This record gives sequence, structure tokens and C-alpha cells, in this order.
Amino acid sequence: MDRRLLIVLVAAMVAWPRLALAHVLGGEAAGFWSGLSHPVSGLDHVLAMISVGLWGAQLGAPAVWVLPVTFPMVMALGGMLGLLGLSLPGVEIGIALSAIVLGFMIFREAHPPLWVAAVVVGLFAIFHGHAHGTELPAGQSGLLYSIGFVVATGLLHATGIAIGLLHRWSAGKLALRATGVLVTLGGLAFLWRAMA
Amino acid sequence: MKWGRTLSRLAVAAATLSVWLLPADASAHLVNTGFGPFYDGLYHLFLTPEDLVPVLALALLSGLRGARFGRWALFVLPAAWLVGGLWGLQQQAELSLPYLPAMTLLTLGALVAADRPLPLPVVTGIALVLGLFHGYSNGAAMAQANLGVTGLVGIGCAVFTMVALGAALVVSLKIPWARIAIRVAGSWIAAIGMLLLGWTFRGGS
Repeated sequence: MDRRLLIVLVAAMVAWPRLALAHVLGGEAAGFWSGLSHPVSGLDHVLAMISVGLWGAQLGAPAVWVLPVTFPMVMALGGMLGLLGLSLPGVEIGIALSAIVLGFMIFREAHPPLWVAAVVVGLFAIFHGHAHGTELPAGQSGLLYSIGFVVATGLLHATGIAIGLLHRWSAGKLALRATGVLVTLGGLAFLWRAMA
Repeated sequence: MKWGRTLSRLAVAAATLSVWLLPADASAHLVNTGFGPFYDGLYHLFLTPEDLVPVLALALLSGLRGARFGRWALFVLPAAWLVGGLWGLQQQAELSLPYLPAMTLLTLGALVAADRPLPLPVVTGIALVLGLFHGYSNGAAMAQANLGVTGLVGIGCAVFTMVALGAALVVSLKIPWARIAIRVAGSWIAAIGMLLLGWTFRGGS
């Protein structure tokens, strides 16, 4: 009884604070959180980034870490181009194609040479990065935004790799190939929207 | 007897509740709480990602190269930070190098990701330059905030601690994939630097 009472009292205390001005400097928290949420704000980006991890897991070492390293670095380059205001034609089409191609690679369990896989992933990363770069909101902490942005991208790849561990089992292999089909279909829908 | 114990517990709980429910404003930033310049300096590093991330990157870089490199970075970086800070305190004029944070992150992150053998003087030289520039910047800012040498010592202690923890962690890693994880972290730092470079070119913060 005492313990229950204590729990209720503690819960009431925790739920009833006054102002807690703990280090939230102007715009900085917003910068980190908006950076963290930006890559997951569009399904087209999410599909492509998870697919990179999935394909890497299918390919095995060293692709399982080379591809998730290539994508954020080249994406950051694309983001820099977008921030600089350099135009890149067909960005939305490139993003849609990334889902189509990566989904197809997962479906086929394609095993190209490592450098080919890295070039494919890097090429599409430029489009994703450019789109993000041109959409970056003004008036926030650039560094914290960038940290949040890169961490979110990396976590999406890690999610893909974790799902890709299913590849160890025969049923899991089939499930991954089916996922590849779904990603391709999603990419086709995005392509339709981009062309419309 | 049992009732007496229950009543005393209730009294304690009620007293605790009344204290916790009626706090003053929790102005936890050290400027307000006034823990003193040493702690202001100590916490400065953890509240300033522009300083913290390069320190972590250097810790990872020196740790990847081995314990000897880590030991040099452990002493050279805080010492250079202090020297640069004293210089900044005297000059009281902030450096106008807007691209420095981005270039620092890009370079250090790329070196960690590449994981190539580097000579000891190169890694130590990077620690020296990094410490001097960031220390100068901190010193100039601290002169304006009246934190003085004590604040700089606080920063130096924080830098020492972060390099010690970071480099020691990396040196202790024996599993092959853990080294790859450090290199992936390096690529993330480089990517952050590249984005920040674009952001700086655009004229943002």
C-alpha cells in the first residue's frame, strides 16, 4: 500500500514541473530534431535508405558496411550542392529511380562487383542529398541539423541491415526478395507522380 | 505501532511532494546557476558541438592508430587548447574563420573513415593545430564572458577526459567489426562536415 502511494506521489511530482530551462539554446534543439526527422519525412527517401541496408546485407561483407558509408557521404555532397543552389535536373525522377533500381537489385539478389554497387548507390545518393539540401529550413543550427540528418540516415541504413539479417534463412531470403518487389512498386508509384 | 510508521511515511512523502511540486525556475544553465568559471568551462565543451565533435573525431583517429598515438593526443590537444586559449584571452578578438568547423570535421572524419597508417607527427600536428585554433576561439569568447584562465582550465580538463575516454575505448576494441563501426562513425562525421560546409557557403550558422 505504501509503495503504491509512493508511486502515485512520485508520478504526480514528475508530471507537475514548472519551467525547466535546461540548455535549450535558441534554435539548436529545433535544428537537431528537424535534422533527425527530415530523412524520415518522405516515404521515397525512407524506402531508398532502408533498401541500401537490405541490399548490403544480401551482398555481405564488405558491401554491408561500404554501401551504408557511401550513401551518407555522397548524399552529403548532394546536400552541399543543393545548399549552394546548384541545380540538378530530374531530382524527383532520380529519387524514384533509386527505389526502382535498388528494389530490383534486392529482388534479383544481384551480386555485382563492389565498386559497381557503390557507384549505383552513390549515384542515387546525390539525388536524395540534393533534394534534402534544397529543402533545408533556414534559421536553425547548421551543425546540429547536420548531425541529426546524418544520424537519421545512418539509422535507416542500420534498420535495413537488421531486416536484411533474414537473409540467413531460406524463408527470409524469399521475404527479402518480396520486399524488393514492393520497393520497386513503390518506386514506380513515385516515378508516376514525378512524371505527372 | 504500524499506524505510527504509516503516518510517518505519509508525512515524509507529503513533505517531499510539497518540496518537489513547488520548485523555483530550473534555470540549469551554468550562466544562471553560477557554479563558477571552472565548471562553466568544463560544461562548455559538452554544450558546444563545434568543439565536442572534432575532439571526439581526434580521439577516434588517435585511438585507431594505437595507444602511443592516443597518449600523444591526450596531452598535446589539451595543452595546445590551453595555449591557444591564453592567446585568445589576451587578444580578445574572435577569429573570423567561418569554414574552419566544417573543414575540421570533413578532414578528421575522412581520416577516421580511411583508417590509413599516418605517422605520429602528423596525428600530433593535427592535435596541435586543432587545439590552438579551438582554444583561441574559446579564449576570445571567454574574455568577453569574464571566465578567464579558470574557465580555460575547465575546458582543458573536459578535452583531456574526452580524448582519454574516446581513444582508450577505440584502443581496447579487439573485434574486427568494432573497428569498422569506428570507421563508419568517421564517415558520418565527414558527411556532417560536408553538409555544414554547404550550410556555411549558403550563409547559415
